[in-house]
Amino acid sequence: MSIQFKSITELNELLDNKAISVLELTQESIQLAKKYSELNCFVTLNEENSSNRASAIDRDQKNTSLLSGIPLAQKDLFCTEGLRTTCSSKILSNFIPPYTATVVEKLEDAGSITIGKTNMDEFAMGSSNETSFFGSVHNPWKKGFVPGGSSGGSAAAVAAGIVPAATGTDTGGSIRQPAAHCGITGLKPTYGRISRWGMIAFASSLDQAGPLARSAEDCAILLNSMSGYDSKDTTSLNSDVPNFLENINQSIKGKKIGIIKEFDLSDLDTEVQKRFDESKKAYENLGAEFIEVSLPNISASVPTYYSIAPAECSSNLSRYDGVRFGHRAENTDDLNDLYIKSRSEGFGDEVKRRILIGTYALSAGYYDAYYKKAQQVRRLIKNDFDQVFKSIDLLMTPTSPYTAFKFESKGTQNPVELYLEDLFTISSNLAGLPAISIPHGQVNSLPVGLQLIGNFLREDELLNAAHVFQQNSDFHHAKPNLENFK
Amino acid sequence: MSWETVIGLETHVQLSTKTKLFSRASTAFGASPNTNVNLIDCGLPGVLPSVNKEAFYKAIRFGMAIGAHINQTSIFDRKNYFYADLPKGYQITQMDLPIVLGGSIEILNENSSKTINITRAHLEEDAGKSIHDEFEGFSAIDLNRAGTPLLEIVSEPEISSAKEAVAYMKAMHQLVTYLDVSDGNMAQGSLRCDANVSIRKSGDSELGIRTEIKNINSFKFIEKAINFEIKRQIKVLESGEKVTQETRLYDSAKDETRPMRSKEFANDYRYFPEPDLLPVVISNEEMQKIKDEFPELPNEKETRYQNEYGLSSYDAQIIASSKSMADFFESSLTGVKNYSLLANWLIGEISAYLNKELIEIHESKLSSENIAMLINRIDDQTISGKIGKSIFEEMCINGSSPDQIIESKGLKQITDDDSIEKVVDEVIENNSEQVQGFKSGKEKLFGFFVGQVMKKTQGKANPQTVNKILKEKLAK
Repeated sequence: MSIQFKSITELNELLDNKAISVLELTQESIQLAKKYSELNCFVTLNEENSSNRASAIDRDQKNTSLLSGIPLAQKDLFCTEGLRTTCSSKILSNFIPPYTATVVEKLEDAGSITIGKTNMDEFAMGSSNETSFFGSVHNPWKKGFVPGGSSGGSAAAVAAGIVPAATGTDTGGSIRQPAAHCGITGLKPTYGRISRWGMIAFASSLDQAGPLARSAEDCAILLNSMSGYDSKDTTSLNSDVPNFLENINQSIKGKKIGIIKEFDLSDLDTEVQKRFDESKKAYENLGAEFIEVSLPNISASVPTYYSIAPAECSSNLSRYDGVRFGHRAENTDDLNDLYIKSRSEGFGDEVKRRILIGTYALSAGYYDAYYKKAQQVRRLIKNDFDQVFKSIDLLMTPTSPYTAFKFESKGTQNPVELYLEDLFTISSNLAGLPAISIPHGQVNSLPVGLQLIGNFLREDELLNAAHVFQQNSDFHHAKPNLENFK
Repeated sequence: MSWETVIGLETHVQLSTKTKLFSRASTAFGASPNTNVNLIDCGLPGVLPSVNKEAFYKAIRFGMAIGAHINQTSIFDRKNYFYADLPKGYQITQMDLPIVLGGSIEILNENSSKTINITRAHLEEDAGKSIHDEFEGFSAIDLNRAGTPLLEIVSEPEISSAKEAVAYMKAMHQLVTYLDVSDGNMAQGSLRCDANVSIRKSGDSELGIRTEIKNINSFKFIEKAINFEIKRQIKVLESGEKVTQETRLYDSAKDETRPMRSKEFANDYRYFPEPDLLPVVISNEEMQKIKDEFPELPNEKETRYQNEYGLSSYDAQIIASSKSMADFFESSLTGVKNYSLLANWLIGEISAYLNKELIEIHESKLSSENIAMLINRIDDQTISGKIGKSIFEEMCINGSSPDQIIESKGLKQITDDDSIEKVVDEVIENNSEQVQGFKSGKEKLFGFFVGQVMKKTQGKANPQTVNKILKEKLAK
């Protein structure tokens, strides 16, 4: 019996019935990771430790949580004590953290087993996973196509059924866009819902961890464990965490869903457009009402994001200087030379580009025009959302304007082309709102994602609406043909 | 031509919190390199700062003491620059919304007082330390100091001489130690300043071009560095040239300032609000608590010492001027009847000893119990003041109690008339020549007789009794 493509609840049942031991499950998950190594989902496998841990759980027989004994993959920017954490960057390619991120700690406290660290865009900067120092990840649906990014390895590992779920982070769409491109479910929670302690920063005010899984239900299981205030991250929210799983099966009759007037969907691929209209109809059939709403400032999201995120990144990445940890250049003349060479050698092009943009946006004489202005626009965008959520429960958009694309087909000449991948996802990061992407069909044999955006701290609404949709459709059960990856 | 000096000081006060500003690592001075360092202090990937509120309480106490406005909501900003002892590549500081705004400090310079206005005071973290001379071919980094809380206090450019700058720093030292905001230890860098110095023609309203002298850490060096800089700038201006705006370093060995980095390399610090920290909000309750627990300040102590203990205004002022002296005075009071005598000793012998040794009283071997005992023995005439001084010398060396010293050396004062009379008789008998001289009018010889009696009693005779009996005997 293969565990491939099984959900957390299914695996939990197998464990409960002693149809499989935790060790067998863990080892099979690792075997799958190895079998599909060509996908390049993993930067580091945690083979020995996870087997030891699995045996210990088998011995203790304490299967109290749904996550107990469940193999998970962690995006390679969550620090894991004793296990290499690279951010898919050369500069951290030898970094072994002395501590573990709160998110990983919580998931492991619930009994899950970290089988490995997943590939990603370098420092989470990218939408195609092509900026990784460890090479591109293939989309399980089509060899030579990107899985999306930056959590591309996590999305591909879940889509290929290697693990039932994985962690990701989302700064401008980095969970939702790869979830959409790989045909799985990915949730970006409210900013502050989950602790950022131990999660290597890209843009502090936008970064948020979240789950990627094969269903909304499994996302809810992970979110239950990942959420909560952490005194080590004072920007985490000190608010109640509801049981997301318990509240997942409510009727959505009478729920008001907003369609954003400013997003002109007629520009989209007609097939992408068609999927969207079908899902709209599906929700109407389930009793939801659609209302057109206006978010007057939302069209400024992309430039706003690309002023703020690089600015924060330029500062956050200053610590990679070759002095205390990470890559250090050899044969340097003096301190400045050490900085210049270590950073020039250690960072890839996209990271360098964003550091330069951010440094420029913060420099004297430009700060007001770029960073400060962007923060003001960000406030306006947030106010727009606050306003529309007075009269609606959810917003609905496509997750991405396109489906997955071929390696090296986008952004190689003009990086901005790739930045537009984030058109629909970025605004919820700017506003700190939760959003989810669920699969809703395919175009040319590649998955298409549907995005729902929720009000502040209303992940329960999102998960419920997504779950109800999935209870009434089969899109999330579609499996890629992996025969080409052997 | 006559010139006028304009000085503004930026004082860095290391706050005496137990742990760092954004981590729970210890701030203790003198630990082995890189032992008071945790994940946050060395800026590991993925770590986040958490604010130590105690630093805010101390900063607010300072702000309240100088009559400043307290921003109950203040924010942190990042100041970005690369240096090997700056682990994150940025310093967390306060730029736009500092905790303390305005206020003023009274300084006393050559008996005239002056008010210096304070622009602002903000919290920030200290950097680590680079060590360049310990390892051949390498520089070493000690991060023990990285993240230590500092209060940077910026004065208005209202200081007009090196002496005034020293007076300002002395007032600052008194204030921060009194408020228990800092230990004020300048040798350990707990109190240091940058001086912005400029010169203009007397009467000009526009400020001249300034230079900034970095990191001066003693009263003596403040005076010397500023005076050197004033002379240097006057020379530059009088030769018809312009002062270059630059950062300079004071070299105490050569007694000169010289440029530290030229402006071509001027840093653009790219300040922006620290996204890892929310604005810090101080509640009204917290403000009230700080007010309720406000320590007594020097002028309040001065008045109280006069009213409660009958000290002269001079004595009261001197004792109250130093926190450590005042603390010692107050802890010695228990069991002492003669407060003035205690005050005299503190201002006299004890201060002289401390000044000679260049130490603070808590660094000496003197305990308040022992000083109280000494004062009481003098007061109840067990010993004379003079014997008291020799006992004191011994106390300073080995810290033993006065009673022990009196007992072991047999220093108890001879006060009974009979014993003293016997000695006086002996002295008169053995010095007939001097007796003759005294009686013929050489009254100065009286001291000689006193000396002889003291010599024979090893100084233990009560001087008043000796005087009285000698006078009687010599009059016969």
